[in-house]
Amino acid sequence: MAWVNAIIQGILTGGLYALFACGLSLMFGVMKVVNLAHGDLAVIGAYVALGVITVTHIPALWSFVIVVPIMAVLGYALQRTLIQAALDRGVLITLLVTFGLSVVIESGLLQFINADSHSLGVGESIITGSFSIGSQIQIPYLLLLIFAVAVVVLLGLQYFLSLSRYGRMIRAVADDQEAAQLSGIDYRHVFGIAAAIAFGTVALAGIAYGMYSQFSPTTGTDTILLFAFAAVVIGGLGSLWGTLLGGIVLGVAQQIGAQINQADQVLAGYIVFLLVLALRPQGLTARRAQS
Amino acid sequence: MSEPATERADNDSTPLLEVRDLIVHHGQLRALDRVSLRVFPGEVYAIIGANGAGKSTLLRTIAGLHRPTDGAILYDGKDMTKVRPERRATGGIVMVPEGRRLFGSLTVEENLKVGATYARKGPWTIERVYEIFAWMKDRRTQRTAQLSGGEQQSVAIGRALVANPRVLLLDELSLGLAPVIVQRIYAMLPQILSTGLTVLLVEQDVSQALRVASHIQCLLEGHTTLEGRPSEVTAEQVEAAYFGLSPAAAEGSEALWHGSTPSSRAS
Amino acid sequence: MSVVTDTPARSEENFRVTRSRRNVAWTGAGALIVVVVLALFPYIVYSGTTSLMVQAFIVITLASMWNLLAGYAGLVSVGQQAFVGLGAYFVLILAQHSLSPFGGLPVAAIGCGVAAVPMWWLISRLRSGYFAIATWVLATAIMLFIERFPSIGGGTGMSLPGLSGYDPTLLVAYTYWIGLAVTVLSLVTVYVMLRGRIGLVLTAVRDDEVAARSSGARVGLARMLVYVVAAVGCGAAGALLAISQLIVQPGAVFTVQWTAIMAFAVIIGGLGTIEGPIIGAIVYIILQRTLQSYDAWYLIVLGLVAIGVALFARRGLWGLIDDRLNIRLFPVGYWLWTPESTGRRGPRKRGIRPRRAGRHS
Repeated sequence: MAWVNAIIQGILTGGLYALFACGLSLMFGVMKVVNLAHGDLAVIGAYVALGVITVTHIPALWSFVIVVPIMAVLGYALQRTLIQAALDRGVLITLLVTFGLSVVIESGLLQFINADSHSLGVGESIITGSFSIGSQIQIPYLLLLIFAVAVVVLLGLQYFLSLSRYGRMIRAVADDQEAAQLSGIDYRHVFGIAAAIAFGTVALAGIAYGMYSQFSPTTGTDTILLFAFAAVVIGGLGSLWGTLLGGIVLGVAQQIGAQINQADQVLAGYIVFLLVLALRPQGLTARRAQS
Repeated sequence: MSEPATERADNDSTPLLEVRDLIVHHGQLRALDRVSLRVFPGEVYAIIGANGAGKSTLLRTIAGLHRPTDGAILYDGKDMTKVRPERRATGGIVMVPEGRRLFGSLTVEENLKVGATYARKGPWTIERVYEIFAWMKDRRTQRTAQLSGGEQQSVAIGRALVANPRVLLLDELSLGLAPVIVQRIYAMLPQILSTGLTVLLVEQDVSQALRVASHIQCLLEGHTTLEGRPSEVTAEQVEAAYFGLSPAAAEGSEALWHGSTPSSRAS
Repeated sequence: MSVVTDTPARSEENFRVTRSRRNVAWTGAGALIVVVVLALFPYIVYSGTTSLMVQAFIVITLASMWNLLAGYAGLVSVGQQAFVGLGAYFVLILAQHSLSPFGGLPVAAIGCGVAAVPMWWLISRLRSGYFAIATWVLATAIMLFIERFPSIGGGTGMSLPGLSGYDPTLLVAYTYWIGLAVTVLSLVTVYVMLRGRIGLVLTAVRDDEVAARSSGARVGLARMLVYVVAAVGCGAAGALLAISQLIVQPGAVFTVQWTAIMAFAVIIGGLGTIEGPIIGAIVYIILQRTLQSYDAWYLIVLGLVAIGVALFARRGLWGLIDDRLNIRLFPVGYWLWTPESTGRRGPRKRGIRPRRAGRHS
């Protein structure tokens, strides 16, 4: 029965991974940018939350109210300045600039804070602890909450994109940037909005991760970026719910790996990723292979 | 020979849209070489020419998607050569691009809604577009990628119309469409014009252009070879201008003959 | 109807296409002299300097390989550390089976090349940004896999056997010479590849991939070859690293910092030129020595400078020098001489500039 527990944990962790991944997916879908600093931004969100909690003493659970808007504004600003400048110079330069940004952020965090791990903790609230089904299955409330938040965010994103005016503009720009300009849309502004959403969701993911586990300057790449990417590839590029599926598959694979051998948890996830890449490179949800 | 020019000038002294000595490059290639034109309100101004003559480049530069190397573009007398394309669109210059360029993952209605995002005030609404294209309302929730070429062209035109432009730029409407469909689309033109629009269009189908236009201009390898009213040009003159043949073939016309064949222009 | 044209046909003898300007012969001779002088270093300088030179050799090799990938083939890899680590571990494993690390280095390098083939097959279908992350995932997965085996040190690492019998100064000297050989070989390989067919295919792809494919260029093959060669080069550098450090630790050889160093050196030195990586590597070493006592500062500075250079001075330091002096030490492009540029005293500097890598992204 420990296996069932592992699988359930894996499924719920998938929500967290989907939250990591949706910003990455969005930025790629709308502006064809793969933001290599994506994970590091989540870590920044976590550190900012830590600072906010330390200063204002609000419960960790509510820190996102302050942090997410800050990160969203940061996202808009960074997109309109640095990333747009890189985009204007081509795909190669954009990758190099975001990679540079990632290294600078991590080194900066190492330099100005330290290499230690921190955790946001959960504080005193009802969500510490877990509920049990039978004697062998224990589901932490926090994990359940994170999964619920992930689903809510994905739903919100889906509705935003399909029903709202800005969502329509984002989809239009993603389809055809020039045609959108001809309809009066400033695509740079739309890119900024998409980046703001991406930064906001990844900050939320960072806070969630910070509460559930520990984070340090290198968590951004070691854990968040690579897991987000694996989730996207497994699930299938270009599909929000595919990303959730990918996250779930990744989470389950990791937990099963941990059951076999504790040290192999992360590796097990990557092995599944490589298998999907080898056997079904378009991902699990895409309909046909893309060239 | 200058009578048509004064006739136009009497109507309105400031052209709605004017291009002065435009020079545009594609990399090292000079695509447009000192091209000028003037479009007055209410006109249907057609630009014709063979492939590679620079017609679409001209339209794209007017729309703002291409930066000229030299020259000026004036709208209502004001210089807007450096204005961004989206500002031109919200200012009233809206283009229906070559190849339709619809938003493939969006539905018909969503395409129209996007076109109306920053619409100016005016008579055109999405409902009005549904009126002139009768089939559209029933299919409005369909993804545009699934429509036929002619239907896509109608949606593209509708998307431009709902923005309530003052100048409508049509880039190669006939491209890739059956002649019957093309005729049907051009037959809509009077309805569109009745609301006070001005149209600047680029067309490879010369006879179609001559049928709808109040004024035509022919481009060849980046410069103007003919300009005038359809009623004043002969078929031989158009042919000569289109292919760059010697002016001896073009006799006795009232149209403005620019006589610049390949032999006489500076390289 | 006749078509009148008055443009006289230009006589073809007035146009010439040459591979390079006169200075290549000088460069070849100069390079030979430099190599000979470098080879004599262990006899002339202290072993502290020699060790520093070995570090430089590693960085120069890595940078040239990264430049080959990104600057010429357009492949951005942030996972080259996979081969640095694999090269180091191959040498370790071979040393455990009684093959001297010096002999093990070439075997390790080739081993990395072989490993690169299935890796390429797995990730080559991904588009550029996702390709980049995939290389990173591969590197991490390989590291995690290797860490499972305590016989080669597990998670903590292991010292390199087989070199304890050497006199320390001699060891440094041998390491130096092998390092010099690896670097020279890498640079020569890159130069030869780019002047040959591969270079032609890659330039064609960079200009217009569809046209290149339809004219028969084996684009996929060219890119795979580049990836494999880069793997061999990085593997050799990794092996050299193991030999110079005498210890192999997974965290140290598989760290993404290697990619950061390679990438930044290339960007600052000049993406898409052969001279650029050399200059960038030197800049890196200088920065690292100067800011050494300030912990992570040198990476922050390096990163910021690289971002700045990528955005505002895309052709890097070498690009700036090249613009002023119009030199190419290792020419891989073509010069077109038109009638206007040929004067009485021989060709002047008005040939049509060769297309440079990195201008189009």
